[in-house]
Amino acid sequence: MSDSPTPLLALDQAEKSYGAVRALRNGTLSIGPGEVRALMGENGAGKSTLVKVLGGVVQPDAGTVLIDGAPVEFHNPTDARDAGIAIIYQEPTLFPDLSVAENIAMGRHPLGAARRIDKRKMHEEAAELLKRLGVRLDAERPVRGLSIADQQVVEIAKALSFDAKVLIMDEPTAALSGPEVARLFGVVNTLKERGAGILFISHRLEEVFAICDTVTVMRDGAVVSDEKTANLTEDDLVRRMVGRDLDALFPKTDATIGAALLNVQRLTREGVFTDVSFEVKAGEIVALAGLVGAGRSEVARAIFGIDKADGGHVEVEGKRLPNGKPTAAMAAGIAFVPEDRRQQGLVMELSIKRNATITSLARLTKLGLIAGKAERLMAEEWAQRLQLKFHSLNDNVGTLSGGNQQKVVLAKWLSTEPKVLIVDEPTRGIDVGTKSEVHRLLSDLAGQGIAVLMISSELPEVLGMADRVLVMHEGRITGEISRAEADEERIMRAATGRAEVAA
Amino acid sequence: MSAQTETASGGAVAPEAGAEARRRTDVIFRVRELGIVGALGLLILVTALIEPRFVEADSLRNLALNAAIFAILAAGQTLVLVTRNVDLSVSSVLALSAFMAGTLLSDHPSLPIPIVFLLGMGLGAAAGALNGFLVTFGRVPALVVTLGTLYAFRGLAFLWTDGRQVNAETLPDSFLNIGTGTILGIPTLALIALVVVLIVGQYLRDFRSGRELYAIGSSPEAARLAGVRTDRRVLSAFVIAGALAGLGGVLFTARFGTVDATAGNGYEFTVIAAAVVGGVTINGGSGSVYGAAIGAVLLGTITSSLIVLKVDSFWQQAAVGALLITAIAFDRWIGLRLDAALRQRSARRAG
Repeated sequence: MSDSPTPLLALDQAEKSYGAVRALRNGTLSIGPGEVRALMGENGAGKSTLVKVLGGVVQPDAGTVLIDGAPVEFHNPTDARDAGIAIIYQEPTLFPDLSVAENIAMGRHPLGAARRIDKRKMHEEAAELLKRLGVRLDAERPVRGLSIADQQVVEIAKALSFDAKVLIMDEPTAALSGPEVARLFGVVNTLKERGAGILFISHRLEEVFAICDTVTVMRDGAVVSDEKTANLTEDDLVRRMVGRDLDALFPKTDATIGAALLNVQRLTREGVFTDVSFEVKAGEIVALAGLVGAGRSEVARAIFGIDKADGGHVEVEGKRLPNGKPTAAMAAGIAFVPEDRRQQGLVMELSIKRNATITSLARLTKLGLIAGKAERLMAEEWAQRLQLKFHSLNDNVGTLSGGNQQKVVLAKWLSTEPKVLIVDEPTRGIDVGTKSEVHRLLSDLAGQGIAVLMISSELPEVLGMADRVLVMHEGRITGEISRAEADEERIMRAATGRAEVAA
Repeated sequence: MSAQTETASGGAVAPEAGAEARRRTDVIFRVRELGIVGALGLLILVTALIEPRFVEADSLRNLALNAAIFAILAAGQTLVLVTRNVDLSVSSVLALSAFMAGTLLSDHPSLPIPIVFLLGMGLGAAAGALNGFLVTFGRVPALVVTLGTLYAFRGLAFLWTDGRQVNAETLPDSFLNIGTGTILGIPTLALIALVVVLIVGQYLRDFRSGRELYAIGSSPEAARLAGVRTDRRVLSAFVIAGALAGLGGVLFTARFGTVDATAGNGYEFTVIAAAVVGGVTINGGSGSVYGAAIGAVLLGTITSSLIVLKVDSFWQQAAVGALLITAIAFDRWIGLRLDAALRQRSARRAG
């Protein structure tokens, strides 16, 4: 435990309940100058609530926040920000219509004569921040159209612009590729050297050990451990989070490989990807690996028909699919679990029940009316199969944790009994325990004869789950590696275009 | 090092791509505003060819006059629209202010004219404050609030006027001159409108609180998280819109001289149409006062040109409707193309 220097930020026995749900039972931690502390725990462990208390978004029912040893009260996020606490959320909240520079400066634009905004200074300051982050991004361009990785960078630049003393990062690397993560770690180190404190929420064990000095683990709303990472092993951490041992994180069981269910032939989209051909057989899990921006999600979207392809075609069970028609893809038996579950996977205003059954309405309606009981039973069945953690099926799906939201998206698509399942980053932003459940589920599905195409940026996940790994780089497939031959180095080589590897 | 491995062509591609994205959006927005100006020019040209008297000095002066009050109201409406709200009550506020100005000057002809303007704007500001409070602290959607005040204020106008009307004869000449006179050949009203549009336009472009209005419309959640005092800003947007409607009311009386409870009836839709045609998105977050003002001029010109061409008044309404739909559809189409282009550039840059 940090003893001598006064912690920049400390939380003492904070509590918070939402009605009957005790989201936070005992929130206690401290961050000293130059300390990078990891905050880990399963979904629903209370991490988000703790962060919201620190950030002034939510007021605790009990307990105190201390800045430099003195107790403070945050009434709103601005108070926390003024006290030097910056939070970078998992999902970027930016202004799509405004420029990068203005997003960073909003509310504190540099002023010139007569209190007019000094636009040149604003752009210069933003460009400086971006340069410090080592990111090539035009500060004057609109935020609309930026990839999630780039949006996160803008969020970090925004936080930096406040000269924050403590930076709280909520799953910052979730949408970043290897090189981008390395770049982020560089930034973290710079901040560390300047004496700032960082609270790093992550599910990626290797990152926690790479960059964090100390780790706080939460379970069921309370802090259960607080130790130096140097004194722990990965197994130790997992055990503390889950309260049990996890034998294998990625249990891919063998399955009989059948005929090719999905056949992609020379699929092309101008300026996005070119000449993509591959097949996925029944019982197979094929991973599509590569760096962020290689075009993998775009290939999946084109297969499913969300985007129109400019060349090539897709066949399901030998039958050609019409170009650009998701309904035809669905009818042919393809299910697509998207990367951005909040924007594309769920209807946030609807209940868990409605979201889970929305794809199966045809089966649940009689004479145009939805059969309420059948809808409820279907939702209950899937909630049980996927071990969903929820309060009531009628609750708004937005109240669920990230991992459970992902399960609802999966349930929605699995209820269509697909032949081909395309999942884009299935376990992004999900804790270790739920991750394992999702992997077991994918493995089971493959075992049932479904062809699974899994897009993933997490190499351990790719290596553990895939029968075959397809690697993409700048819109082309640069490698096809069998399970036996796959290792991190080979995949990275193909992903960075440094070698053409043929299986 | 890491940036290079991502793109084969290396760093040179990346800043260009971002800059290109910016250039594209700049071009598109300029195209948007140029498009309206172009449409305006075309309209005047075509009408002039058929009826050359359309471009005579008097006729053009009338065009400017007609558009002036709408432009002022459209400026206020832009502030509200940008925050993802709407103010339907502007026409009723205009009526109240117009009638007040008229009766005040009729009963007290020696009242200094600037005072009348201040009172008119004050009345409008108060109405705007009512709208604003209901929207921000009452958390009632703006559409509902202003629909209600549209009727309520109009009803108030009818009650107040009690069937009477203000007549031009009872108004001082110095006042009426503002509405019908010219300065250096340009109608005074048009100059006033120009000044208002410039002030509001600069405010939205160059001042913090103005930029915050865009932030609120672009993403209310992000604005809140960024520490923007959204309630205060939205309230002030409504207050200013109300004040400008009040100004419009006083100018209305100065222009027409005869005012009764039906003053400005239906103006709210013309004003919103002008803003939308001018590129102010209904969903908030983007658009400029200059575009809205040009939209007001365009709509006013359509009406005038159709009258000059002796087209049935039904077709005038139909023309405005068609223009509105075209403008919105065009905006959506442009928006989608832009989104796709920006996304592609982003994806390619990351490699």
